[in-house]
Amino acid sequence: MRLWTAIRMTIVLTVLTGIVYPFAITAAARALFPYQADGSLIARAGVIVGSPLIGQNFAAPRYFQGRPSAAGDQGYDADSSGGSNLGPTNKALATAVAARVRAVRASNPGAAGVPVDLVTASGSGLDPEISPAAAALQIPRVAKTRGLREDIVAALVRANTRPRFLGLFGEPGVNVLTLNLALDRLRPAGRSDGS
Amino acid sequence: MLANAVIQIGLFFLIAVAISVPLGHYMARVFAGESTFPDPALKPIERLIYRLGGVHPETEQTWIEYAVTMLLFSAAGMLLLYAQERLQGLLPLNPQGLGGVAPSLAFNTAASFTTNTNWQAYAGETTMSYLTQMAGLTFHNFVSAAAGIAIAIAVIRGFVQRNSKTIGNFWVDLTRATLWVLMPICVVMALALVWQGVPQNFAPYARAKTVEGATQTIAQGPVASQEAIKELGTNGGGFFNANSAHPYENPTPLANLIEMLAIIAIGAGLTHTFGRMVGDARQGWALFGAMALLFVMGAAVATWSEQRGNPMLTRAGADQSASATQSGGNMEGKEVRFGIVDSALWATVTTDTSCGAVNSMHDSFTPLGGLIPLVNMQIGEIIFGGVGSGLYGMLVMAVLAVFIAGLMVGRTPEYLGKKIEGREMKLAMLYVLIFPLVILIPAAIAVALPAGLAGISNPGPHGFTQILYAYTEASANNGSAFAGLNANTHFYNVTLALVMLAGRFLMKVPVLALAGSLAAKKTVPESAGTFPTNGAIFVVLLVGVILIVAALTFFPADALGPIVEQLAMRHGRLY
Repeated sequence: MRLWTAIRMTIVLTVLTGIVYPFAITAAARALFPYQADGSLIARAGVIVGSPLIGQNFAAPRYFQGRPSAAGDQGYDADSSGGSNLGPTNKALATAVAARVRAVRASNPGAAGVPVDLVTASGSGLDPEISPAAAALQIPRVAKTRGLREDIVAALVRANTRPRFLGLFGEPGVNVLTLNLALDRLRPAGRSDGS
Repeated sequence: MLANAVIQIGLFFLIAVAISVPLGHYMARVFAGESTFPDPALKPIERLIYRLGGVHPETEQTWIEYAVTMLLFSAAGMLLLYAQERLQGLLPLNPQGLGGVAPSLAFNTAASFTTNTNWQAYAGETTMSYLTQMAGLTFHNFVSAAAGIAIAIAVIRGFVQRNSKTIGNFWVDLTRATLWVLMPICVVMALALVWQGVPQNFAPYARAKTVEGATQTIAQGPVASQEAIKELGTNGGGFFNANSAHPYENPTPLANLIEMLAIIAIGAGLTHTFGRMVGDARQGWALFGAMALLFVMGAAVATWSEQRGNPMLTRAGADQSASATQSGGNMEGKEVRFGIVDSALWATVTTDTSCGAVNSMHDSFTPLGGLIPLVNMQIGEIIFGGVGSGLYGMLVMAVLAVFIAGLMVGRTPEYLGKKIEGREMKLAMLYVLIFPLVILIPAAIAVALPAGLAGISNPGPHGFTQILYAYTEASANNGSAFAGLNANTHFYNVTLALVMLAGRFLMKVPVLALAGSLAAKKTVPESAGTFPTNGAIFVVLLVGVILIVAALTFFPADALGPIVEQLAMRHGRLY
């Protein structure tokens, strides 16, 4: 008798919390925030190019580069999120960070300090942002490769920087995907004369 | 950067207080059966649930009937989830065509979600179909949380009622916790999260052609509806492998703030529910004060240690200094939008409570920063705690504290007018002792067996910490992880599942017995010799008892893991 009640209540509450609730939220979300509900996907020339919430790989010098990623074998695998889970005294972490620092210094000559977020893997492996310091370090390289004035690139960085919420919560971040898309949209008029 | 930490942690705490007081009073009205504002909408649904479920809401249950009902309901839900996981390949809402979950993993997950642990030995996006996530996991997120609240309410009734054989009706408490408390908050919160960018769809995974021309598969799903109850019910099982570090689960600092508040709200609110139901708000504030003290200590140490960073990163050439343009500190395993403060604060909140959702990878924390989550769980998750379980765990410690106070003055201890005698102390000690037993013995076995050692991913003392953390979180029903541990093996799936079940049900039954025993007692009037349990002295005594019990039990094990690793790290030793 008690068991029969338990089974019936399990089924009733499964229908309520596991079926009715998520479907109702889906319907309301689609009506109120359709773009976000569908994953904030953005298209370029009619093709989905990614989501500003989800980081992607950038290797070419003319693009700002994101953080190292431990998601999937190639990094930024948005079907396989996760961090490196390397411990603080693990030699493998020391070796990896040292190699990344060398690579950053090689591709950005003249860089002073290398911001820690640019050489450490994020928790999700999909961090879409870098710190403003990590973006500032890359401005000379990107400007030079694209033949742009540095102040124009710096203005784009500022335009793609998300401040703290209410100036208080979280940390500021620069969205790498939207920044690089904005760079690609720049008109040739933005080019500097000499270089 | 000290200002940043103080402002963020301080504001978070103030908002949490502002929410928890009215929420606590509201819950007191709900479970006392008084009228509340959502009644017109919810009463018809409540009646329908009772009719369909065959429940007689007017029946009062003894503690044994209450416990048996809770156990039967948990068993039925666990079996249903196991079946759903095994058969998901044949069921609808599976656009990725994911196959059935392997038996030991399905058993582990069923135990994990039934016990409100939500330990995940699997990666959500590549293992669970949308139907399993919703009808299986979201359902358990709701009812395991509701069951926790129900038991906390039953324990409070034990203190309030006199000469009573009964402590309420499990089905009524379960249903009212779901309908009046969890569901309305979740609806609002889920939509707020969608607004911030959390997806809510049933689409196949999106395929993007990236700027550099590669193909990126982006996992989708009904994320927001699960995310809301995952935090509010202190469940913590992520939709995706990276949990709340994943930008789809936790896209912005505002989303992060909402989620952290949801984790702490009900646990903190129940102290005020308690105060109101026992008729003395200061009794609730005393418990709240003890919790707040322990919370602040943990948050301060974790933030300081993570901000101080890892000397090895500096030697490798990374700049860890905090400035206006970077958070600095130990950023391995952390997200830029959360930086150090929100990551360390979250790690504290998620282990103070039994949530276990993570927004950064605890495995990559500095040893001292990782010790805080570990100790928070070893204390028994009573710092606000799991919804329900935090309050009844704290009440057990309060019983212990008044007992020790009674020994000091040589008087029969009493708490809220109930004499604490041999039977109550035995039940309280059973609760206190089962917890470390099901952590330390299995962890010792795991480090002695090749099957246990095979799971370690970080060499040196950190590897031991990974195993200790896993059994601690399982027993504490937390579900956070030192996630490098390769736990999806038969050995870990089965042993951790058994520890989770023991940590939940072996501890709930003595608590309900304690409630039954207290309810049957008469209330003795306060006298000059009564130790006041609503003042600062009691708070200090309570915190002292909690810390001493945890230190006596766990310090030797912690010394072998994070403590020795901290010393090694400061001396530049690598493994």
